[in-house]
Amino acid sequence: MPSRAETLEQAARLRAGFEVAGAQPVETPILQPAETLLDLYGEDIRGRAYVTSDALRGEQMLRPDFTVPVVQMHMAHGAEPARYTYAGEVFRRQEHDPDRANEYIQVGYEVFDREAPAEADAEVFALIAQALDGLDLRAATGDIGILMAAVEGLRTTERRKAALMRHIWRPRRFRALLDRFAGRAPVPASRAALLAAADPMVEAGPMIGKRSGTEIVERIAALRADAAEPPIAEAELRALETLLAVRETMPFALERLRDVAVDLPQITPALDRLEARIGALQGRGIDVDRLEFEASYGRTSMEYYDGFVFGFSAERRPDLPPVATGGRYDALTRQLGNGAEIPAVGGVLRPGLMLELGEGAR
Amino acid sequence: MSLKLGVPSKGRLMEKTFAWFEKRGITLSRAGSDREYAGRVDGIEGVTLVLLSAGEIPRELAAGRLHLGVTGTDLVHEKLPRWEQQVEEIAPLGFGQADLIIAVPRAWVDVDTLDDLDAAAAAFRARHGHRLRIATKYHRLVREFLTQAGVADYTLVDSQGATEGTVTNETAEAIADITSTGETLRANHLKILSDGLILRSQATLWRSRVAGTPDGQRETLDNLLRRLG
Repeated sequence: MPSRAETLEQAARLRAGFEVAGAQPVETPILQPAETLLDLYGEDIRGRAYVTSDALRGEQMLRPDFTVPVVQMHMAHGAEPARYTYAGEVFRRQEHDPDRANEYIQVGYEVFDREAPAEADAEVFALIAQALDGLDLRAATGDIGILMAAVEGLRTTERRKAALMRHIWRPRRFRALLDRFAGRAPVPASRAALLAAADPMVEAGPMIGKRSGTEIVERIAALRADAAEPPIAEAELRALETLLAVRETMPFALERLRDVAVDLPQITPALDRLEARIGALQGRGIDVDRLEFEASYGRTSMEYYDGFVFGFSAERRPDLPPVATGGRYDALTRQLGNGAEIPAVGGVLRPGLMLELGEGAR
Repeated sequence: MSLKLGVPSKGRLMEKTFAWFEKRGITLSRAGSDREYAGRVDGIEGVTLVLLSAGEIPRELAAGRLHLGVTGTDLVHEKLPRWEQQVEEIAPLGFGQADLIIAVPRAWVDVDTLDDLDAAAAAFRARHGHRLRIATKYHRLVREFLTQAGVADYTLVDSQGATEGTVTNETAEAIADITSTGETLRANHLKILSDGLILRSQATLWRSRVAGTPDGQRETLDNLLRRLG
């Protein structure tokens, strides 16, 4: 295992490399207001981040990543376009695997740029790939934006699409919803009884709590309207399933997805962006013919990536987490920007893991 | 040094535990007055009775300060991540049965499953500007259960007692709590979700996998476990 001093030295080296590439070094506080993170990630973040508190400031979290504070900083007073780099500790609660580090050093590179998103995607990926040069790692890429475009363009109700979009990052829930909207899953008995009841509120008893009778009646009306809707067409569903299963090297994946676009034409703009990205990666010397693309990649990670996603893992060390990860998070800048937004893409490296793998290789 | 046996210090749980051991020829009792928390063991040599709060027994087992302890499955699962590695289940004691469940107002006629809860939470958040609050003291178990089920747009609020009242008081919209008969839930106009059972719990005798058993103690432990098993 590398010592802390060695890891810090490696982190400083990586950050200096990113500075040479044009990034401005930034620092963020270790204690982050819990409210922002809870609002973004919900209760799940409590299982992953350390929460602490004092009587004056309330709940605070030990920085689980740099992206959120860096976005906030940029949205508050950043000039455009901007490139940032940082290095420092992040803290992740580990309740299931005592061998996983709960505190480690991360080095990151983030690009906020309105021009040429494909170029920015390629720039981040190429810089990270270059920093990892010499290590035996497998790179994988994906694009959440393609799936989102597919869902947005389904020929079904806005309500169904919103429900699916809400669960893009929870594959099991997404699957269950899709089965229901396609009429594949049986309607639960309680739902059938509710829909058939002449006056469902007759059994309600006293109204208690903040969720009002109006809200309940509205949801029943929505459920009834939904029950009258036709199921999502079989052709669309099969196309969506084919899309989710695509796992090829980049050029072949694009080809497969172009086939899917015959049934799901709504994904074409997202595929054009993928094609532009492949070109930009090639332009930076990345061997795209050997680079994997998985349409479902990144769906189980923290839910802020909404376009290009990537990761580098040591295949021979499945016990280790990915050495580097990154992606595009345009929507996050919108959520944290109080009305403002800017396309953004970034990636992080773990210098400690890089050294550990490097030692193993020698 | 003798073996340390931890038993809940109060109420029916203590009495029923005493009775369970009595049936197996081991008499546990309080030393001195019934306000004193020192214990006494008759019928076996080399065992010390430690009376403490049921909620602290999991932690003491995990720290190895108790060799054996009686407490609920719910408390062990909530307080000890990867509990299997820290404690071993010796015997369920057949009392203190309770289910950890998710309950919502009975008036929510449109909510019967976790699926409904998730949809109601999304609409609730859009309308009220905050997440649907679930009151509980079992934060870890409830969070893991809801994550597994893919429920979003909720938040857990801490409630260490009288949890069933939080909905009427509008400090929460739903609850996750222990229930045995469902009486208190009904009295507070709540109903259990049909797929909202998180855990079935009962009073259980646990052995610490952490506590060392030096020579002499090993024999006492084997002897004790033979008589209890």
